[in-house]
Amino acid sequence: MHIKEEHNLIRQSVRDFAEQVIHPKAQELDEKAQFSEDITRQMGEMGLMGMVIPKKYGGQEMDYLSYIIAVEELARIDSSQAATIAAHNSLGIGPIYYFGNEIQKEKYLPQLCTGEKLWAFGLTEPNAGSDSRGSKTTANLESGKWVINGSKIFITNGSSKMSAGASVQTISGRKEDGRKEYSCIIVEKGTKGFTSRTMKGKMLWRASDTSELFFDNCTVPEENLLGQRGNGSKIMLSTLDRGRLSIGAMGLGLAQGAYELALKYAKERHQFGQAIGKFQAIAFKISDMATKIEAARRLLYHACWLVDTGQPFSKEAAMAKLYCSEVAREVADEAVQVHGGYGLMKDYDIERFYRDQRILQIGEGTSEIQRLVISRHLGI
Amino acid sequence: MKILVCITHVPDTTSKIAFTDDNTKFDKNGVQFIIGPYDDYALARAVELKEAHGGSVTVLNVGTAETEPTIRKALAIGADDAIRVDAEPLDSYSVARNIAHYAKEGAYDLILMGRESIDFNSGLVHGMVGELLNLPSFSPVMQLDIEGDTAKMSREIEGGKEFLEVKLPFVAGCQEPIAEWKIPNMRGIMTARTKPLNVVPATEETVQVSAEKFELPPEKGEVKLVDPENPAELVNLLNNEAKVL
Repeated sequence: MHIKEEHNLIRQSVRDFAEQVIHPKAQELDEKAQFSEDITRQMGEMGLMGMVIPKKYGGQEMDYLSYIIAVEELARIDSSQAATIAAHNSLGIGPIYYFGNEIQKEKYLPQLCTGEKLWAFGLTEPNAGSDSRGSKTTANLESGKWVINGSKIFITNGSSKMSAGASVQTISGRKEDGRKEYSCIIVEKGTKGFTSRTMKGKMLWRASDTSELFFDNCTVPEENLLGQRGNGSKIMLSTLDRGRLSIGAMGLGLAQGAYELALKYAKERHQFGQAIGKFQAIAFKISDMATKIEAARRLLYHACWLVDTGQPFSKEAAMAKLYCSEVAREVADEAVQVHGGYGLMKDYDIERFYRDQRILQIGEGTSEIQRLVISRHLGI
Repeated sequence: MKILVCITHVPDTTSKIAFTDDNTKFDKNGVQFIIGPYDDYALARAVELKEAHGGSVTVLNVGTAETEPTIRKALAIGADDAIRVDAEPLDSYSVARNIAHYAKEGAYDLILMGRESIDFNSGLVHGMVGELLNLPSFSPVMQLDIEGDTAKMSREIEGGKEFLEVKLPFVAGCQEPIAEWKIPNMRGIMTARTKPLNVVPATEETVQVSAEKFELPPEKGEVKLVDPENPAELVNLLNNEAKVL
C-alpha cells in the first residue's frame, strides 16, 4: 500500500475529531433524525471539504487517498457525518471543479471548500434510479435562459440551511440522431421556481440531509450550464466513478467500526464462565471480519493509487465500491450476532451501524450496477 | 515572543506495556507513539499565546529519527519550526542538558513542557533546565497568561492553588486545564510538510543513570461483585478479606 507518514497523521487527526466531536452526539442525532449544522461547520474547519481541490480555490490540495482515509475514519464512528462529507466532496464540489469553467470555479468553490455552504448533485428521480437515462427533468433554452422543470429525489445535502444549490442533470433537447441530449445545470438556492424538501422517515443516515428537489419553470442564466451542452452523461459517469471510491471508504470505515465494537464486546462479555471471544465460534467470526477488512482496504487504496497516479480506475473503483459495501454488510451483520440481544438495542452503537450499512449496496450505483460496470470492463 | 516547547515521544496511553532484554528495555513492538499528553497541553497553550501576542513557537525533542512523525504532528498543530536533538533520551539529566544547550542558543522568552513525560514520569526535566539556564522554573502550571514581559500563572500546590506573577524568561511544566488539546486540521498537516525540522547533534553524551530492571505491577486479582441489597457482606469482605477497614 502507498501509505505515507502524512496519511497516518490525517487518519489519526480525523479519528480524534470523530471520536471527540461526533461520537458524543451520534446516537442522539440519529434518534432525532437531525442534521447538525454545528458538526458540519466543524468538519469544514477541520478541512474535510475540498480536500483534493487546489489551494487557489480554497481546497487543501491533498491526494485522493487522503480524502478516502478521512471518509473512512468518519464512517468508523458515524455514517451520517461521513455521508455529508462524501456527498459534498464527490458529488457537490467534484463536478464544479472537474467540469466548471474558471468563473464558476471561482464563484462557487471557495465557500464550498471552507464548509460555509454545501452543494448537491441532482441525478436520481422518482422513476429514474439505476436507469438514470430514464430521467424526465427538462431544461429548455429560451431567450438566453434555461427553463427547468421536473424533480429529483434522494439528494444528499439538498435542503439544509447550509445548502447553497445543486448541479442538476437535465434533458436539454434532442441530438441530431434523435436521442436525448443531457446537460448539467447549476441552480442556486433561492432561484424562483426551485424548492427543496427534507425527506423524513429514513431507516439510516438519519443525521444526514436527504432531500427532494422541485423545479417549476425554474429559470437560470445560460452561463449556468456546467461543462459542454450535451455532455451531462459524461459528467454523471465521471462523477459517479470517483464518488464510488468514497462510498467504498464509507463501507470500509463502517466495517472497521463494527469490527472494533464486536472485538471489544467479545472480550468484555462473559458467558459459561469466560469471555465469549475465547469461544472459537466467536473468535472465528472476528478473524473473518479482520481478514475481509484488510482485503477491502487494499482493494480500495489500490484504486486510489490509480487515481493519484493518473491511471484508469473505473473498473477498480466499481470493484472497491462493490466489495467494501458488501464487507460492511457482512461485518455489521456478524457484529450484531456477537452482541446478541444487546445488538438489537439503540443503546449500542452496533444497532446504528447495522442500519447504516444497508444503503451502501444501493446508493451511487447498486451492487448489481457495479457488477454490470465490472463485467463491461471485462469485455462481457 | 519566542516560545520553545519541549515534547516527548511516548507510548499511547492505551498501549500494552511489556519489556525485553531481560526486563531492561521497553518493548516498542506494535506500540503507537504520541506527543506526551502534558506536552500537548503546553504546545496548545504556546500556539494560543503566539496567536494572541505574535512571535514564534519552536518544538524541541530529544530523540532518534523514529520520533519525527510525532514532531511533524506538533508542526501540524501550529509550531513554526522544530529541532530534533539526535540522541536516545536515556535519563532526565542528559535530556535536560541537551535542551538547555539549544534553549540557550535560541534565546527563548518562554520555555514550556509537560509537567512530566508519561513513560518514565520522573517530572525532573523542567526543574533541571531552569537550573542549567539559571532561570526560575514552575510546575505544575495550570493557567498561563502573558502581559508584556510578565506572566501570570496559577500552580497546583498541596491543598490548593498558588497565583504567581513572574518576569520572562522562565521554564514551566504544564498540565490541564492550561489549554485544550488541539487536533491538527488538514491545512495544518499540509503546511507542516514544508516547515523546517532541524536535526542537531547531542551535546551531552554522558548518561549517568541506567535502568537495571523494570517490573510490571502485579496483575489485578479477581473482582468480587456484592449484591447492592447486601451491604453487610460488603463490610464483612472489606473488614476480613481485604482488611482495609
